[in-house]
Amino acid sequence: MSTDEQQLTADLKRTPLYEEHVALGAKMAPFAGYEMPIEYAGLIAEHQATRSTVGIFDVSHMGEFRLTGDGAKDFLQHMLTNNLDRIDEVGAAQYTLMLDDEGHIIDDLIVYNTGGEYLIVANAANRDTDFAWLGDHVPATVALSDESERTALVAVQGPKALQVISELAGPEWTAPERFCINEALLQETLPALIARTGYTGEDGVEVFVRSADAPALWRLLLSFPEVSPVGLGARDTSRLEVCYSLYGSDMDRSRTPIEAGLGWVCPKTKSGYIGADVVAAQRENPPAEVLRHLRFERAIPRHGYEVFLEGAPAPAGVIASGSHSPTLGVGIATAYLPREGSKPGAPLEVDIRGRRVGGEVVKPPFYVKD
Amino acid sequence: MSTPDELYYTNDHEWVRIESDSATVGITDFAQDQLGGLVFVNLPAPGEGFVAGEVFGEVESVKSVSELLAPLAGEVTEVNAELEGAPETINNDPYGAGWIIKIKLSDPAQVGDLLDADAYASVIA
Repeated sequence: MSTDEQQLTADLKRTPLYEEHVALGAKMAPFAGYEMPIEYAGLIAEHQATRSTVGIFDVSHMGEFRLTGDGAKDFLQHMLTNNLDRIDEVGAAQYTLMLDDEGHIIDDLIVYNTGGEYLIVANAANRDTDFAWLGDHVPATVALSDESERTALVAVQGPKALQVISELAGPEWTAPERFCINEALLQETLPALIARTGYTGEDGVEVFVRSADAPALWRLLLSFPEVSPVGLGARDTSRLEVCYSLYGSDMDRSRTPIEAGLGWVCPKTKSGYIGADVVAAQRENPPAEVLRHLRFERAIPRHGYEVFLEGAPAPAGVIASGSHSPTLGVGIATAYLPREGSKPGAPLEVDIRGRRVGGEVVKPPFYVKD
Repeated sequence: MSTPDELYYTNDHEWVRIESDSATVGITDFAQDQLGGLVFVNLPAPGEGFVAGEVFGEVESVKSVSELLAPLAGEVTEVNAELEGAPETINNDPYGAGWIIKIKLSDPAQVGDLLDADAYASVIA
């Protein structure tokens, strides 16, 4: 038996919960410049805990930016694809994209209207790029700050997540609606922002606290017997089962929203944002390649493996995201493929280390919660 | 981590049970623990022959693929087909129900190249 182990490097950053992960016996590995927990008790068990009870995830590596001042909304309308008119109500949030001048995706983000200001959550690997891009365009009347270092983020996800967080927030607190955010004082001591968002396909919340409060929050959550710590491994399988896109795999700086299947976050009725002309043009003349969702009954497709339209000698693309699905017990994947010939239902093959195994293109998502 | 005395081992974390000129092969408790939950196995077909050190199959967890290396030369006489529907059996019972293949040895003298339980225990210490 032989297996490759990734080497840890010395210059990795750590989240405020690093010591907690080590104490729990987590397998740690580099991710987006951070030393992050990949799994604790085991990926499959953690995946099932998230789907059946509650999983908690340290996602403090994510970036947080704050924008205030006159013109903050107009500025973000210009920078982001989704329409901020839809989140004019305080506490509303939306998924959105930031594009460059060629219409390529710089990052996918969530914007929260926290009342007189906007909170933006960004991918850890893109934090510096995003902040610089926003900074290059920001008008003098708008204050933009990077809150990432002093902000910790813990996702609490699963069918019983709301029960747990309600108990901590006390009887005065009411859970926000889906894709909304509000304030809470957890255990009467920890000030938090609680967003009804997540990356697992389960109901649940994401809890923003001061970095210094993160270990106390983590321990409070783990004091509930139904709560399990979950690593990035099961975070990835959870999000892929419900077809949430992962920046760096399902999209990157070489792909447009239309190619990535994210046209739904670029409303047709909105124009004037950076990259809008490219989105509009691709709606008229669809791109040659688009992101497809693939299912394999008898193989685990992995990132980088070649994909072939059935019987074709040359590869049509490579696996972008690929994994075993713990819920479905099959191989699931995404790949950029020629739009023609890869519609849902189309048979195809993946090269599994020299052996071709058949599968098919399916409509997303792979898994829907009952 | 359990390393039963009656078995032989390899540096690549396979175990071998010798019965006359036949060997039963699996992966060790240490190996299954390192790999985590297994979700897929690729097994050879009975009748296939391998030299010592040759890849005879693969086990996959969600996040990784690991090759299985033949500890001894010979021909596969039997594979544990139960594993195809229940690869987690390797995690649950690596030295028992989680056995992987049986080999008819072409050179029984190669057994002398394997590690005993004490030597393997120091490999994983």
